[in-house]
Formats: sequence, structure tokens, C-alpha cells
Amino acid sequence: MEHIRLPKVENVKLLDRISHRRRRVGTLYLTATHTIFVESEAGVRNETWVLHSLVCSVDKLAATPSGCPLLIHCKNFQVLHFIISKEQECHDIHLSLQRLSQPESYDELYCFAYKPNVDEKARRQEWDFLDLKADYSRMGLPNSLWKLSPVNQHYKVSDTYPADLFVPESATPPVIVGSSKFRSRGRFPALSYYCKDNHAAICRSSQPLSGFSARCLEDEQMLEAILRSNPRSDFMYVVDTRPKLNAIANRAAGKGYENEDNYSNIKFQFVGIENIHVMRNSQQKMLEVCELRSPSMSDFLEGLESSGWLKHIKAVLDAGIFIAKAVAEEGASVLVHCSDGWDRTSQVCSVACVLLDPYYRTLRGFMVLIEKDWVSFGHRFSHRCKHLVGDPKEVSPIIDQLLECVWQLMEQFPCAFEFNERFLIAIHNHIYSCQFGNFIGNNQRERIGLRVHERTHSLWSYLWANRTDYTNPLYRPNHSQTQGLLRASTSPYSFKFWKGLYNRFDHGMHPRQSVEDYLRAIQEETQQLEEQLTSHTQKISQLEQEQECSDSCKATTFDKSPTIWAPGNNLGLANTPQDYTGGFITSSPCQPKGPDSILLPKSTNQISDASFSNGSDQESGIADLSCRSPLSEDSTRDPDSDEAAYSAA
Amino acid sequence: MEFAELIKTPRVDGVVLHRPFMPTVEGTLCLTGHHLILSSRQDNTEELWLLHSNIDSIEKRFVGSLGHITVKCKDLRMIQLEITGMEECLNIASSIEALSTLDSVSLMYPFFYRPMFEVIEDGWNSFLPQNAFKDLESMTDEWRLSEVNKDFSLCPSYPPLVAVPKDVDDETLKKVATFRHGGRFPVLSYYHKKNGMVMMRAGQPLTGTNGRRCKEDEKLINATLRPGKRGYIIDTRAINVAQQAKARGGGFELEANYPQWRRIHKAIERYNVLQESLIKLVEACNDQSHSMDRWLSKLEASNWQTNVKEILTTACLAAQCIDREGASVLVHGTEGTDSTLQVTSLAQIILDPGCRTIKGFQSLVEREWLQAGHPFQQRCAQSAFSNSKPRYEAPVFLLFLDCVWQILRQFPCSFEFNESFLVLLFEHAYASQFGTFLGNSAAERARLCLPEKTVSLWSWVNRPQELERLTNPLYEPNSLVIWPSVAPQSLLLWEGVFLRWNRSSKCLDEAYEEMVHIIEYNKELQTKVNSLRRQLAQLETEDPLLHTP
Repeated sequence: MEHIRLPKVENVKLLDRISHRRRRVGTLYLTATHTIFVESEAGVRNETWVLHSLVCSVDKLAATPSGCPLLIHCKNFQVLHFIISKEQECHDIHLSLQRLSQPESYDELYCFAYKPNVDEKARRQEWDFLDLKADYSRMGLPNSLWKLSPVNQHYKVSDTYPADLFVPESATPPVIVGSSKFRSRGRFPALSYYCKDNHAAICRSSQPLSGFSARCLEDEQMLEAILRSNPRSDFMYVVDTRPKLNAIANRAAGKGYENEDNYSNIKFQFVGIENIHVMRNSQQKMLEVCELRSPSMSDFLEGLESSGWLKHIKAVLDAGIFIAKAVAEEGASVLVHCSDGWDRTSQVCSVACVLLDPYYRTLRGFMVLIEKDWVSFGHRFSHRCKHLVGDPKEVSPIIDQLLECVWQLMEQFPCAFEFNERFLIAIHNHIYSCQFGNFIGNNQRERIGLRVHERTHSLWSYLWANRTDYTNPLYRPNHSQTQGLLRASTSPYSFKFWKGLYNRFDHGMHPRQSVEDYLRAIQEETQQLEEQLTSHTQKISQLEQEQECSDSCKATTFDKSPTIWAPGNNLGLANTPQDYTGGFITSSPCQPKGPDSILLPKSTNQISDASFSNGSDQESGIADLSCRSPLSEDSTRDPDSDEAAYSAA
Repeated sequence: MEFAELIKTPRVDGVVLHRPFMPTVEGTLCLTGHHLILSSRQDNTEELWLLHSNIDSIEKRFVGSLGHITVKCKDLRMIQLEITGMEECLNIASSIEALSTLDSVSLMYPFFYRPMFEVIEDGWNSFLPQNAFKDLESMTDEWRLSEVNKDFSLCPSYPPLVAVPKDVDDETLKKVATFRHGGRFPVLSYYHKKNGMVMMRAGQPLTGTNGRRCKEDEKLINATLRPGKRGYIIDTRAINVAQQAKARGGGFELEANYPQWRRIHKAIERYNVLQESLIKLVEACNDQSHSMDRWLSKLEASNWQTNVKEILTTACLAAQCIDREGASVLVHGTEGTDSTLQVTSLAQIILDPGCRTIKGFQSLVEREWLQAGHPFQQRCAQSAFSNSKPRYEAPVFLLFLDCVWQILRQFPCSFEFNESFLVLLFEHAYASQFGTFLGNSAAERARLCLPEKTVSLWSWVNRPQELERLTNPLYEPNSLVIWPSVAPQSLLLWEGVFLRWNRSSKCLDEAYEEMVHIIEYNKELQTKVNSLRRQLAQLETEDPLLHTP
């Protein structure tokens, strides 16, 4: 609380991002956890809530006659443009928010203050919802080829690795420890995914400390062991996800990549994904394009191209496809690494898993995947997502790229995923929001030190509880698209711009009617109908039985079949006498939807999602592009023209 | 002329056909007057029946004596034929070339086509102007149907019947026609029932460099204004283009002479530029490179999406003037047969829920494109693969369909038809067995006696089995005005046309089927439950004994 210089400012204007003419006037409040804007228009109770931990930057712009502008950029790509009438007030808000949005210690994070109405027992159960060991046993592990190794208990070998790791049966502790000494940060080759159908495995590690000529016998033995745990294959791939030049440059620092001559039967391959700095800059450029006010088509496409963002997404997907094909089609095991093995390696392993195994395309499976390849293997969430104030060079949208790769796949395979776009966006939001403990810290060891499981809530059980919002109505577990390897296209034209995430808060840009919501409503209705069908059928057969009974009493011939009385009897309706159409169903599945319900889950009890409640400018579910005579004479361009009003340009 | 003269080799055996995403077929290639046919003479393999008029260009090359012919179609499909024997291959190639570039309309397939289906409703009579006018009469008495163009003498590109303000007589119309490009005097395009505002369209005024004026023209369009109200003139040309038009006798309405009208200029590209745009876009889509930069830069350079955005934006503006500003609108460009029609027809899709039904959309195409004199035959003579220098070709209608598809994407439940219907219209506008899109105007169609000699596309489409395929299962009538987003992020590449032959659509088709299945199953259950309810009610009333415990 001590950071709040000014808890409340009245007469603040919130500008519409696209059309600055559209503005709302209200009161701005600063609380310990949120910035809240309450519209003061009579009759409407319109609130915008922004979690401090989601604030990426706060900028105070030069004062104008109408007031002092304050621009807030959020990590979930929301942009808020306030005008505060008094400069001093703006200054105070600016300073307070800057401090509030840049926590200096983990204890300041929202997850430690977030206390929903859940008792302690239930809270502890939240953390039992996902169990990585169960996923490994789903893969068929441990078995005669792979074992659970205790070598990293207490994080003695690698402090950024999880405590429980699967390694080849033949890998002895001395080999593992020796190998770990030859790898950056001690991140020795360990199993990420095992394909029980053909024994091929995906392993991951960091780069070897090979320099120009160094060798390590244990490391060579380690790879040999991985190769041998795949009895049907006589070679394995080693995939370095970096561009070749970067890998070569690392050799000068005593790091580098595997020399094919020193390792038996490996096929070495670079796949050329750029580093975290390139990705950070690329996303920044792309976001600038997203934020342009009324860009032309050329502005947008040129900006998108020069940002390079889709090129990088394609590179990640291409790498995932390479690995998935090696495993599924060649039956070869793959060792994947980059430099430290926690960014590109996590991306590529996850993409390969999604392509290979339908389980990872389910709601629960995808959560397990993030828990496995990202949380447990030490993707540095707190650094990459800037949970705390720190080195800006550590920040990078690596997890965003994974989520986007999955979204691109969902666009190509609309029936293959149990979850929907909303699910990915919700995960994205909460990776940055710090509302849940899952992504706090940079590795398992840090999270244990922070006692995250004792002190915070888990996102996964929250998402699971709300899974109806996140389910893809087109998904059917037995659908052909759902089975086996996804054969994705990586032709450049197969990649789309993900406006659902990057322009998430620009409601006007999104489809005004949602097919998915429509189908979900239909499915809900269908479920009710199925229940009615059962109960009506039962009732009818009951009535008929009774009638038959009274008839047969008169006729004194009856063959009483007890099965008819059995509850839940078969629905085979041989005798539907008439066909009456005409709906009696009262709830029409296509009710006008507000803008929020189109993209976002119903904000039931969560606090941070309350920022989605700004949607009064709607006319029966259809956006208002109301025109206040911006039509200018003879195409002389109105400098403040309203893009959404299609005025002359 | 006999087709036989053009067919040098009518039949070749052992021809191999390669098509995208389909198995290779080997069989006999036959050339008929109107079709290229490849038959394997096996029951279960698909045959190829390709209209010669669908062929945009062909390329041939030889590897030894094996000839390869690449056939590039107007629907953007590319197929390969492998023919053994140089002479056969050359003969086939030159025959295809000759047959696909027939000059005479009367030799076109629609004049030879005999329907294999029963015509339930003759499409030639489905959308008569007098019927459309009856609907208008039920809403307003301010308009009348004029027969002034009965013999097409006043305006060769207008239909015989046009709706004009009631107070303007035919003599005035005749004078106005001399003041407008191509005689296209302002006529009614759309009446907005909600507020009585109208949209009119015309050709450019022939003001020339010395600022000629025409009192009758002013009187005509002023007759549509309510007392004290202003109207908007949407000129689909940039102001400098409109200025330049003066030198060629054209021009635009000067404020001094039209004080009650505000003029807005929007830059919609003209036909040769659009044709260039289509060619570049299709080239980008067929580029085999795997470079993302190259794709995005070619997509941008084609300007196709820019054209979509401009057209849609202008249509939205027109709709906004009518619905939100409560003003009447006059739309024109130069001739008034291209960008003008894009704008007036799209504005109606936005404003009028009726245009979003299958029949309503057909009626719109009939009214705002065919009757309104869009020169289909000239514009659709060649598509993206043509080697010849474009003369009058332009994807004006395809751009319109693309814009409709964009709105459909944004309002997926508000249209009675689905994407297949739009693709079908694209295909038939370029090559068809039906006569609907032949000719350049109502006058030409009358001269060709199309209703007597050919079958209408609508006769075929409006049969239950076709309608079922073209109906959007998500449709729920939406009586509101629908405002699409024109932000670049919201406008997508129309994959269903431009990537149709480049990528397998299997997964997307399956998703569509799944969606249909979900909805069908729901309907089926509703019917079942309804009937059970009745049965239950009956049983309960039949046996009163049961009600006593």
C-alpha cells in the first residue's frame, strides 16, 4: 500500500484505442493489486480492471490542453489510454503504477495475495490435479529401456532441472554426472517423450561444452545409451535448434555442438531458430503494427513481414515437424538442444509432442505438456515474462510462440484439439498475471524455495473447473483428424496472423458472431434433449405397461416382461407414432452475444479477468460504428478521422 | 463453323492426368466441341469433364517424345496431361487453344447444353423487375417504373424497366441521359425501409472542362431528398482521377450546382489495375518458395487485400450515410458499371437482411449486376493465367464475392448461404453451361434470346438438392444492419478460392461436416422429443385411472 501515492482520481477519460473520439469518463482507482476504472455515465456500471502484474509499461506523454495522457501497455496486449486532467495527479499515478507494476521480490507477487474462497484442503488438492509421473507411466515408463533416475534429487547435478528424470536404463550415475559436466548448466540429456509404439524417444539437453576440440567420454556414452534404448534404430538425430552461425560462435566460448565424428551413429542437424533477443524484438515490432491506428493494408502486411514474427513461428513449427517425423516415420530417437536448453528446446519438444500424440491435444494433456516441457524442465518463466523488475534482456515471448504454434495447428486441424483458442489465451493471460503459482520462479528448485504449492493456487485446476468454456465443440475423440501424427502444412500461406491474441482487446476486429459459441449452445441443448428423450421414453413405456396391464387383466393373457421396468432401458424407439415438428425449446441457441462472451470465459469468480467488462457500445451484439458526421468534404482528409466510421481516406 | 474443323485429334489413348490432391488417372482423352474429357473407362475412378471455356491458358513442353500439357483454368485450377507422341500432343494443344478462345457468343456451350434435370422454376422468370417493384410499392409511393428505355435506345446498358422518382417524367429522363456517361441516368438501387432513405446509381456527369450543367439532372436527384435534408454523392474515384476525367468530357457534380449534396471521393481501382492485382495474387499463391518474407511481400505487392479493403470500406460508408446519417446516397464512378455496382450491392448486403438469403442474394446479383449492365462477358473473358494482354478483363465480380465472403466470415450466422455458393457464382461467372452470365447487358441478352435458348443458372441452383448443399447450417435470420470490420487484421485471404487447389481442404471440410452433424443431430432429437411429448400427453389423457393413486 505504501506505493500508492494517490488512490483515486476523478474525471479521468479512457480513450478508445481505435477511435480517440470515443471516450469514457470516470474515476480511476489504484488498489494494492489492481488499477480500476469505473465509468461514471449514469445508468451504466462499466468497470475496467487491470492487474498490476499484467502491466508491461506505463508512459506519461506530454500534456495537452485536454489533460495529461497516461498510456498503459499490458502483457496480455491490452492498451489503455487515459487522460488525467491535472498533471500532478497524472504524475502521482504514473509513479505509483510504475512501482506497483515492477515488483522487486517474489513475495510482492499477486499469487501470494490471491485468496479466493477455497479452503486449505481444496487448495492443496488443486496441486494434485496434474501428476507428471502419471504422464510418464501413460507413455509406458519406466520399462526395460528407460528408468526413473534419482541422480538429480535435491538438484545436486543440475539446479535448473526437475528432481525426477527419466534416463536410459544403461546410463549409470557416473555417466550422467560426467555428461552433465560437459553440458551448459549441467543440463544433461534426459527424456522428454517416449513413443511406446516404436520405442523412439525425444530427449533434451543443453549444448555440449565442446569448444573447438573438447570431448567427453561420458557424454558420448550417454548418447550411445540413448541410441541403444531404441532397439529398432541404428542411428539417432541430434538436433541443434540454433542457426549454425550462432552455434559456431558459441564454440569460441568453449561451448558449441556435437562433432559427428566423436559420437557413434548420430545424424547432426541445425534447424535455425533465432535467439531470445531476436524474438523479443520481432514481437515488439509486430505489436507496433497491431497498435497502428487505422493502418492501410500495405502498412499492416509490410509491418508484419518486416517484424519477421511469422517467419519465426514457421521456424519453430518446421523444427517440431522435423522431430515428429523422425520419431513417427523413421522410428529414430532425437536429442534436442539449443544453448541452455530451456527456450527453443522446450518449444520444439512441445510442438513435436503435440504433433505426435493426440493426448497432448486434449485439455488435460496440453496442461501436462506445459507442466512437463516448460515448468519442470526449467523454462525461466519469471525472467522471460518479467514477473519481477530485472534485466530487460532476459525477457522474451518464447511461451507465446509455443501457444501460437498450437493455434496455427488448430486453424489447420479444427477437429483435432479438445480445447479452443480461449484456452490458449487464458493460459497466456495467467502465465503473465502471476495470479496462480504455477509459473512463478524460473525452475522447480526456486518454486520449492518459494513454497509455491503451500502458498498459492494452481491454474490447472482452475482451468479444468471451467473447462466447458475451453472445449472445442468440433472435437471428437474418435475422429480421424484426432488420431496419430498431424501432418501440418508449413507453406507460408498456411500461417495466419493471430488477432485473437495480439488484438485481443480490440473487440471491433473480431467476428461479430461466434460459430463456436453457437455450436456450444446447440450441444448444451442437445444434451438436455437427450435427457428428455430418456425420461419421456421411460415414462411412456411405464404408462403403456400399465395400460397393457389393465388391458391384459381384462383379457387375462399377459406376458409380463420384467425388463420393461428396468430403469434406463434402451432408447430404441420402434413405435414413434407421429412426427410433430415445431420447436418447444425456448432457449434459442443464437442469442446475441456481448463482445466479451465471444472471446472470453464467463468471469465468474476471478478477479483479474474482471477487466473484460467494457462493452456497452453494442447494438444487439453488433458493434456500433456510429458516425458523428466525420464525412469530410471532397475527401479532404479529416486529421482526426474515425477509422471505424469508414470515413474518406 | 463446325467444331470438327478445330478438333485435329479427337481421341488419344494412354493419357495420364495429374490433378492436385487427387490420384493420377490414366485413360483416353477426348475432345468434343465444348469439353475436354478424360476417361479411364473404369467404374470407380473419377473422370475429368472440363469445359473449354474454363481454360485460361495452356502450356506445352516435351521430354523426348512425351508431351506435357499444363492446363490452367479460370477457376485457378491447374492440371497436367501427359501425352505420348509429339504430333498427338501438338494437335491436342492447338485444338484446346482454338476451342477455348472461341469469339462468337452463339457458339458457347450454354446454347448447346440440354439440362439433365427437371426445371422446377424457370430462373429466367425468377427475378423480374416488375416483381421487385411490387415490393417497393408496398413500402413507398414515391417511385415509379419507367419504360423509357424499353428498346434500350436511351441507355444501352440499362434494362428496359428502371425505377425513378415519381415526379420525374420520361422527357426529363431523356435529357438527363444525355448528361450521364453511357446514358446511365440516376436510377433507384435500394430503398431503406427503416428510414425511407435511398441509394441511387448512375454514370459520371458529363460536365467536361467547362463545367456543363444539366438542370434536369439536378432536379432528378433532388427529387429524392426530404425537405431540408442533404444527400451524399459517393464518387468511387480519387479526386485527381475525377478531375482528369473532365478532360475527356466526364467529371463530377460541382457543389455550386448541387448545393444539397456532399461529395465524397473514394479510390477504388479500375479494371486493368484489378486484373493485374489478381494475376499477381495468384502468382504469389502458386509460388513454391518456402520463404515467409517472400510470401508476405508478394501478397502485399499484389494489392488484392487492399482492393478488398477499399471496396468494403466504401460500401460501409454508403451504408452508414443511409442508415446512420439518414441521408440519401448517389453512387457513381466513371461508367457506373463496375466499382459503382460493387459499392451499391455490398451496401445492400450490409443494410438489408433480405439480401443475405439465398434467393435474396440471387435477386441482388440479378438486379445490381446483370440487369445493371456489368459487362460480364468482357470482364470474365480471361482469368489470372491469361497470356494475352488484358483488354476489358477484370475481377470486379470476384472482388465483390470476396467482400461478401469477408462479411460472411464476420457474421457466420447471418447468411442463409455458405461459402460454396459464392465459389459457385465465381465459377459460373467465368465458365458455365448456363446462360445467366453470357453477354454484357440486358440488351445483349435480349438480342441473344438467352431465356429461350439457354438454361438459367438459377433454374439449376433453386432445386432442393442444390439448395441443401449451399445452405448455411448456422443461419438464423438477423434483421439488423451488420457492420463489418475493415481493419487489415479482420480481412483474410479467401482461401476457398485462392488456395483451393494448393492445399488439401480435407480437414476443413471435415470440420464443416462435423458442424452440420452437430446441428442435424440436434434437430433430429428435437423432432423425436416432440413426438414423444405428444405421445405422452395422449397416453396420460387416455387412461384417467392412472391419475388416481
